[in-house]
Amino acid sequence: MSKENVGIVIVSHSSDVARGTADMVRQMVGDEVPLAWCGGDPDGGLGTSVETILGAIDQAWSQAGVAILVDLGGAETNSEMAIEMQPEERRSRIAICNAPIVEGAVMAATEASGGASLDIVRQTAEELSPG
Amino acid sequence: MTHAVGLHARPSVKLTKLAKTFGCTVELAISNEGPWIDAKSIVKVMGTKAPKDTVLFFRASGDDEDAALTALVELVERDFDEGSEEAANA
Repeated sequence: MSKENVGIVIVSHSSDVARGTADMVRQMVGDEVPLAWCGGDPDGGLGTSVETILGAIDQAWSQAGVAILVDLGGAETNSEMAIEMQPEERRSRIAICNAPIVEGAVMAATEASGGASLDIVRQTAEELSPG
Repeated sequence: MTHAVGLHARPSVKLTKLAKTFGCTVELAISNEGPWIDAKSIVKVMGTKAPKDTVLFFRASGDDEDAALTALVELVERDFDEGSEEAANA
């Protein structure tokens, strides 16, 4: 059942931020939503990598699609690159949300937990941002 | 509503998730004259920022409206099951 819900991927430059955001989603929303996070470079510093984002997308993959929440710059461009590297049939089912990473992740997951479509999940996360 | 922190993040998520389990429309207001907001919208519910001791008004319309209202009022009366995660996730 839970695999029918849109998955959430959290991409931060910091593994602490990414893991903490995922903790908030798990505790506040629950585990009906596939969830994965990635952050930091392999040496433990700040950064994002296309490879780990690809892994997170696989982990949170759902037939309903995946919504990605990002923090700054590279998190977004590397996420875009990761989407481009997906098989074609997956690409249209992955959306990067233009929303604050923590708040957006909780909002998106709440919406996803009710079985909403990827479009609605993204709109809900983006509803937060000022016009 | 007697919950200590009011309609903040966690209670809002619980209320919204519960509202979404019903097919009927469910609306919420902090005055019996409205404005009424969609109780299934997490952004709007959290946006009410209703503090402790706020009286919440619910209205629902549809096949399961009675069950929805009963369940939502019970959730608020139980202080949103805070401290009892298991019950909330059941």
